[in-house]
Amino acid sequence: MMEIMEGSHAVARAVTMCRPQVIAAYPITPQTHIVEALAEIVANCELDADYITVESEFSALSACLGASAAGSRVYSATTSQGLALMFEVCFNVAGMRQPVVMSIVNRALGAPLSIWNDHQDSISLRDSGWMQFYAEDNQEATDLHYIAYKVAEDHRVLLPSFVCFDGFILSHTYEPVDMLNQEQADSYLPPFKPYHRLDADDPISFGLFASPDYYQEFRYENDQALRSAQDVVASCGREFGEMFGRDYSGLVEAYRLDDADTAIVAMGSLCGTVKDAIDELRDAGKKVGLLKIRSFRPFPAEEIKSALSGVSRVAVLDKNISLGSKGAACLEIRDALYGSQIPVLGYVLALGGRDVRKKDIAAIVDNAEKGRGDIVYGLREELLK
Amino acid sequence: MALNLGCTAKPGNARDNKTGSWRVFKPEFIREKCTQCGMCTIVCPEGCISPDEDEFPVPDYDYCKGCGLCAEECPSEAIEMKKEEK
Ligand code: SF4
Ligand code: SF4
Repeated sequence: MMEIMEGSHAVARAVTMCRPQVIAAYPITPQTHIVEALAEIVANCELDADYITVESEFSALSACLGASAAGSRVYSATTSQGLALMFEVCFNVAGMRQPVVMSIVNRALGAPLSIWNDHQDSISLRDSGWMQFYAEDNQEATDLHYIAYKVAEDHRVLLPSFVCFDGFILSHTYEPVDMLNQEQADSYLPPFKPYHRLDADDPISFGLFASPDYYQEFRYENDQALRSAQDVVASCGREFGEMFGRDYSGLVEAYRLDDADTAIVAMGSLCGTVKDAIDELRDAGKKVGLLKIRSFRPFPAEEIKSALSGVSRVAVLDKNISLGSKGAACLEIRDALYGSQIPVLGYVLALGGRDVRKKDIAAIVDNAEKGRGDIVYGLREELLK
Repeated sequence: MALNLGCTAKPGNARDNKTGSWRVFKPEFIREKCTQCGMCTIVCPEGCISPDEDEFPVPDYDYCKGCGLCAEECPSEAIEMKKEEK
């Protein structure tokens, strides 16, 4: 059913439909309306879940880890500094192969203190072993939660997942969202079947000590699991499309890319702006297309390589920066296209919530055509004198 | 041994890990000085000291990691740590 909803509330509704049995979250800044809405939903007995209020994000994810190891479907949500505080637990969750699903409402990291959007928070946990899906709009943000649970809990995967969507731009914006009903959600997402779990009658321990003789093999297996998750993401996304009409089988999505000279690569809500800008650029005779990365982890390098094989240049937009180097997506796209001779130009932009307009996209395409890249776009030079 | 997903293990697994191989110094128990007070058995972090049929303490060298706590705590100086050649 179509409803006009705030992004956070829409996600809370979708999460309810996924029937998590344990929710643990820290309610204070930085937090969103998602867990506030979920607290209300649980209090109203609309969802049969244990809602654990904790004293920090570290504890929130720790509680989720324990509950997941005990065999429950769990949920949490956080953003920016909150995710930073979860850093250690994130690695543990992935290493213990617990299919925790967490919404990341993307926001910048301090200092300087910022409450606005960029992707630095989730990108900074790139190497933790979590899957990372990025939503373009609130419809996709809600749908990706069902898919994330299904992929994460698949016994071929057993990895945790971030569902990332842009702070304020999506989380606090009202948009029409086509919500599944409970029956539809249940038919897509079966109850969680743990691979193994904490059980007092048959005790096991998780995440034990591994000496140098074993540690590397554990990390290798984690890596293999994340790589091979690609097929499961594709098949779960396809199944979602077959059931509800919105297909998510691609880990990337192309827009007017077929005959494009310049390909823009982007993630998240920025893609909406880019699509509008592309329409205008096309009207003006410029052959520009978009490749949207929906799944940054697993990273679909082969899919990206073939999608970009026909273009003359690639402009990668990153709402994050590895200080001293480049944006995360730029580096990976360049790696995926290594040996192809296609120039890959990186543009770090929109850090800390700076707005990106269609004219900015046009300016970036202009830069790319002139071969000018690997820059921070939109710097206010007057502040840097 | 194949890896267990999530690095899991059943309880009692520490027994498979023979910490005796870590040892540099080896405790030697001198019966003549020992009063059988039991202190070494209590302080051994490996729990590897148990009494023999005559109630004298004997370490299990498969697990004794040579930490020297027993020797340090023995009130009768009945334990000497000796460099072990391997
Ligand atoms: S040296 Fe340490 S490990 Fe060995 S018997 Fe003494 S207390 Fe136990
Ligand atoms: S602490 Fe010393 S005296 Fe006491 S039982 Fe052990 S070896 Fe014997």
